Amino acid sequence: MYYFDHSATTKPHKEVLDTFVKVNEDFFANPASLHELGVDAHTLLSRARKQVADMLATEETKVIFTSGGTESNHFAIHGLAKKMQGRGKHIITSSIEHPSVIESMKQLELQGFEVDFLPVDENGLTSVEDVTNRLRKDTILVSIMHVNNELGSIQPIEQLASVIHKTSRALFHVDAVQSFGKYPVSFQKLDADVLTLSGHKFNGLKGTGIVAWKNHVSFEPTIVGGGQEFGMRSGTVSVASAVSFSKAMRLAYENQPTMLKKYQEWNKRLRESLCEIEGIKLLSPDSAAAHILTISARRLKGEVLVNALQAKNIIVTTSSACSSKQTKISHVIKAIGVPDDYQKGVIRISLGTSNDDQQINYFIEQFTKIMKQVKGE
Amino acid sequence: MEWKEILVRYGELSTKGRNRHAFTGRLRDNIRYAFADLPKFKIITERDRMFIRPNEQETMDELIKRLPNIFGIQSFSPVASCSLELEDIQQTAIKIVESLDRTDKTFKVTVKRSYKPFEMETNELQQFVASHVLRKFPDIKVQMKKPDINLHVEVRKDAVYMMAEVIPGAGGLPIGSNGKSLLMLSGGIDSPVAGYQMLRRGVRLDAIHFYSPPFTSERSKEKVMDLAEKLSRFGASVKLHVIPFTAIQQEIQKQIPDNVSMTTTRRMMLKIADLVREETEAMAIITGESLGQVASQTLESLTAINAVTNTPVLRPLISMDKQDIIQIAQDIDTYEVSIRPYEDCCTIFTPASPKTKPKLDKVEYYESFKSFDEMIEQAVSEREIMMFPIKKKDKFSEFL
Repeated sequence: MYYFDHSATTKPHKEVLDTFVKVNEDFFANPASLHELGVDAHTLLSRARKQVADMLATEETKVIFTSGGTESNHFAIHGLAKKMQGRGKHIITSSIEHPSVIESMKQLELQGFEVDFLPVDENGLTSVEDVTNRLRKDTILVSIMHVNNELGSIQPIEQLASVIHKTSRALFHVDAVQSFGKYPVSFQKLDADVLTLSGHKFNGLKGTGIVAWKNHVSFEPTIVGGGQEFGMRSGTVSVASAVSFSKAMRLAYENQPTMLKKYQEWNKRLRESLCEIEGIKLLSPDSAAAHILTISARRLKGEVLVNALQAKNIIVTTSSACSSKQTKISHVIKAIGVPDDYQKGVIRISLGTSNDDQQINYFIEQFTKIMKQVKGE
Repeated sequence: MEWKEILVRYGELSTKGRNRHAFTGRLRDNIRYAFADLPKFKIITERDRMFIRPNEQETMDELIKRLPNIFGIQSFSPVASCSLELEDIQQTAIKIVESLDRTDKTFKVTVKRSYKPFEMETNELQQFVASHVLRKFPDIKVQMKKPDINLHVEVRKDAVYMMAEVIPGAGGLPIGSNGKSLLMLSGGIDSPVAGYQMLRRGVRLDAIHFYSPPFTSERSKEKVMDLAEKLSRFGASVKLHVIPFTAIQQEIQKQIPDNVSMTTTRRMMLKIADLVREETEAMAIITGESLGQVASQTLESLTAINAVTNTPVLRPLISMDKQDIIQIAQDIDTYEVSIRPYEDCCTIFTPASPKTKPKLDKVEYYESFKSFDEMIEQAVSEREIMMFPIKKKDKFSEFL
C-alpha cells in the first residue's frame, strides 16, 4: 500500500503500540491510588509528562493528557476564554482553523464572546498586520494554527507571538497538531502561551493528545470531578495512553530533522512533476509545509481521483478527512480563493514516516497515467 | 578465593520463639529486595541459619560487600567447597587460611562429618587438615578455646564445605518485622538518625516533610528527598509525603501570639502527620527530638505538642547527646546532606524568644479562635508523594 494520507492519521509505530499494551498489563493501577501499584503508575505517568514537557520546553506541571487534538483545542479555547472573561470577551482566530477551533469559537460567540475570524491571503497565510490591527484592550485570546491541515501553509507564529505579547495582554494559543514531528515545535521556538498536539498525527495512538502551557496561564476546566491532571481534566488518567503518547512524541521529535529533509526533497520532486501535468493546479503555496501538498484537477471531482488512485493502491484524500465526507466545498479552499473550475477537484497528498523514495516515484508515475486516462488521451 | 555460598547467622531472631518463621521469611524477602539488581540467587532458610547461593563469583563478591547493611543479620561467613578428595580438601583449607590476616592469630579446625561413609573419621580428618595448614603457616598457634580463626570443615555427601571468616552484620531486626511508622523528616541532622534507629529495629518507614514555598526553596525539598533516598539504602523503600505548609504557617503567624507560635506550628505538624499516618496505615510517629535540645524539645513543650494525639510518638534520640547523634549521622552518610544550608519550614517565622515552657491550656485557647481543620485536610490532600529509592531507570524508561 502506498499511503499518502498522513495528515489524516498515521499507523502507530510498533514500539508505541507495544508500550500501550505493556503498560496496560504492568501498570494498570489507578495513578491516584496510594498503594505501591498506584505509586508506580503515577511515577510512570509523571515521567511521561516530564518527557513531554521537556521536549516542549515547559514544566511538567503544565502539561495535561487529553483524548486528542479536538479535545485539546476545545479545552484550550473554552478554558482560557472562561477563565479570562473578566478581563474581556474579544478573541481573534483565522478562517482556516481546524473545525475543532472554529466550532469552539462559534460556541463562544453564542455565549456572548466576540470572535474575529481573520481572512487569509491566496497562500493561506494570516497577516501579522491584520492581527496587530485587530488586537484590542479586551482581546483575551488569539488562536492561530501552526501548519494548516488542508494546505500546509505555515503561519508566521513567531512574528504573531511577538506582536501579541508586545502590544496586548492576550494569550496566544497555537494548534500544532499538523506541525509536530515535521517542524520544530516548542515554547522556546514558537513563543506561544498554549500548545495543543495530537498523538495519532505522528504515529501515536488515536485518543491521545496533550495541552501544554507555560508561565502564568490558567484554565477553567470543563470536565470536573476527581481533580486529576491538576484539576484541569478530571477522570482516571489512562496511563498507557499517556505513556504511549510520550513515546510517539519522542520518536517523532528525534526523527524530525531527518524526516524534514526527506519531506522537502519529496515535495520538490512531486511539485516539479505534477505542475507539468495539464489541468493540475498546485494549491499549496511554495512556502507551505513540506509534508502537505494539496493540488486540484480542473473540472474533475476530487473523489474521482481518490478512487482512481486507490485502484492503484495509492491512498490520498480530498482535502481534510474532517470535511471530506461532506460534499460542500471546504472553508479553507473557499478562504484562499480557488478558481471555480478547480474548487471540486482538490486532493491532498500528505507525506509521513511510512513513505520512501520509491513510493514517491510510483505515485508520480501512476498519477500521470491516471490524468491521461481521465482526459481520454 | 572462590566461594560457594554464604552462611548467614540470625541475630536476635533466634530468640523469637514461634514467630521466628515470620522473621526469617522477612529477612529472606529483604535480602531479595536489597539485591534485586543482582542476578538470581538461591536462599535456603533453616531454623537458625540461612544459606545464600549465587551462581556467579561476581554476585558473591557483591553480596559479601553489601550484606553488612542488612538488618537482622548477626554475622555471615563465605563458604568454599571442594570434592571429597583428600588432596582437594588440603588445598582448599590452605587457600582459605591464606586469604585471612594471620599475624598473631590462634587457630583451630572443627570438623563435622554428616556423610558417614567418608574415608576418615572426624578426629582423623581434623588432625589431617590442621597439620597440613600448620606446616604451611608455621607462625599461627593452635588454641582450642576461643581461637581467632576457626576453620570449619563439613563433609556432606556431594562435597566438603569449608569456612573460617566471620563477618559482623548490622544486627537489629529485619525491616518490616515491626510494622510501619511515619518519620517526621525535617532535613536536619537528627531526624534521619531517628529514622535509621527505628529501621534498625525492623520498622518500615514513610517520611513526612513540611514544605513552605516560596519561603523555603526547591533546594530544601531536594535535600529531604536526598535524605529519604539515603534512608532507603538500608533495605526498604521509603515513601516521602511532602506537605504544602505555607498557608497554615501564615495563618498561625496571623492568629497566634509570637512566643507560642512555634508550639502551635509543631502541634499542627503533628496533627497533619497523624492524618497521614492514619491514611498510610502506619502505626506510630517517629521524631528526632532530643530532650532539651531546643525550645520545642523541653518536656513542657513536648507535652503541649503531644497533646494533639494519642498515637505513640517514638523518640529514639530522646536521651542522646548531639555529638553522638552527629557521629551516627556521619556513619550512615546523612550528615553531609543534613548540613546543606537551606532554610526549612521550621526556621522561617521563628520568633525571637519562643516559650520554653508553654502552657497547654493557653496554647489551646489561642488556637480556639480559628479552626485549622479545613486547612489541615487540604494540606494533606494536596501533598506530594515520592517513592525512594527512585525506581531504576530501566523499569520505566523502556516505555518512554
